[in-house]
Amino acid sequence: MTPVFALEQANVRFGMGARTLHALCDIDLQIAPGERVAFIGANGCGKSTLLRVLHGLLRTSSGLLRRDESLCQAMVFQRPYLMRMSAQNNVALGLWLRGQKWSSAQWLAMDALQSVGMAEHALRAARKLSGGQQQRVALARAWATRPRVLLLDEPTSSLDPHAKREVEALIQHLAEHDPSMTLVFASHNLGQVKRLASRVVYLEQGRVLADLPVQEFFAAGALAQRYREAHSFVKGDLV
Amino acid sequence: MTSFTDSAAMALNLIFSLDPSLMAIVARSLWVSVCATVIACALGLLLGAALGVSRFAGRAVLLAMLNTFLAVPSVVVGLVVYLLLSRSGPLGFLGWLFSFKAMVLAQALLVLPVVTALTRQVVEDAEGLHGEQLQSMGAGALLRSVLLAWDERYALLTVLLAAFGRAISEVGAVMIVGGNIDGFTRVMTTAIALETSKGDLPLALGLGLVLLLLVLVLNSVLALLRRWRDQEEGASSAMPRLELRA
Repeated sequence: MTPVFALEQANVRFGMGARTLHALCDIDLQIAPGERVAFIGANGCGKSTLLRVLHGLLRTSSGLLRRDESLCQAMVFQRPYLMRMSAQNNVALGLWLRGQKWSSAQWLAMDALQSVGMAEHALRAARKLSGGQQQRVALARAWATRPRVLLLDEPTSSLDPHAKREVEALIQHLAEHDPSMTLVFASHNLGQVKRLASRVVYLEQGRVLADLPVQEFFAAGALAQRYREAHSFVKGDLV
Repeated sequence: MTSFTDSAAMALNLIFSLDPSLMAIVARSLWVSVCATVIACALGLLLGAALGVSRFAGRAVLLAMLNTFLAVPSVVVGLVVYLLLSRSGPLGFLGWLFSFKAMVLAQALLVLPVVTALTRQVVEDAEGLHGEQLQSMGAGALLRSVLLAWDERYALLTVLLAAFGRAISEVGAVMIVGGNIDGFTRVMTTAIALETSKGDLPLALGLGLVLLLLVLVLNSVLALLRRWRDQEEGASSAMPRLELRA
């Protein structure tokens, strides 16, 4: 099966000379269609950078990235940017930017808002919505484009516990609704990783230290034996 | 002191009696500055928004030049426009010197760097915060500049008002290219300068009061806009804190 993403010896560096920051080092990673992959690791380990590379927002400094360009991708960020317009228009804008006519984009936007339970807020100013509601609108904006690959950069980390649960349930619902969709997300929430992911990639200082199926990753004995740092992270030592 | 109070009383009398010569000068001033602001904003908003999102070789030099133009004295702008429009200048064939159009051109050139630089700053800040998300939705640089400028429209409205304030309160450029001709190119600031030198303090003071009042109105509009925007939208994006000076 052709992978959705294939990275070979990929490096991302920022800055030059002595001030060079190695954000990603020698990453080898393949993600197959339909996989649910979680990137975990301490702050600054390269999770968000890796997501941005996969989405095409950042270029690798060296190494190879192969991406299935035929697949529609969408990304949701930690703090969603919604423009000063209604929730419906925000979702429609995402579709319009992908080539939909504005009138049909409006209909599809309403449909997407309905699927995230935000239909009754469609006409409200997006920036007046709560954090959780804004994240749902952002998910609707991504979902409306019918993505084959959905990338989520810590989508619940800026939300309160209640909104966290709501948004996570929504992500789960969207993933179950389309099992063929590839889901790649970064998270600090290990419970969330257990619930949403089928595979866990543990990063430290820009390197992949562990890449395991989710059950295996959280099987404490195996992890402790093979990946001490990842085990420490799971125990909370590095968070 | 007596002369000041007498002049102030006569100035107020001129204002409240809607003195025709005073009103004509005020109307001309407003019209020149409105035209200049519209032209400068049409160009400056586009240029500033494009500069806010684009990255190209020599951009830093261009920005340094733009910021330098912010501090150019209005008399220098007047001098350049004078040289351009004078009979032997490259635009001499237009015959605009000492006309309404020359004053509009001078004021537009004076406020264009203000509009461009402030718009660039607003859009660049927004690009830094949100550009990546728009890019991930498929928006190229041009579309991003338009969308971000539209999203920051309240901040840009402030820029527009600041530009108008700068245009209406300048004196050097319009004096040089307009010639301060009574009934044709005399505006508030040039009239104040002339009447003061002639010793006609009531008219100069009256015009000064009107000018101050206009700037006060503009500042009030700015403050109201800021408060309204903060209430309506939350203070999620930076609106430049500008104060206008007469």
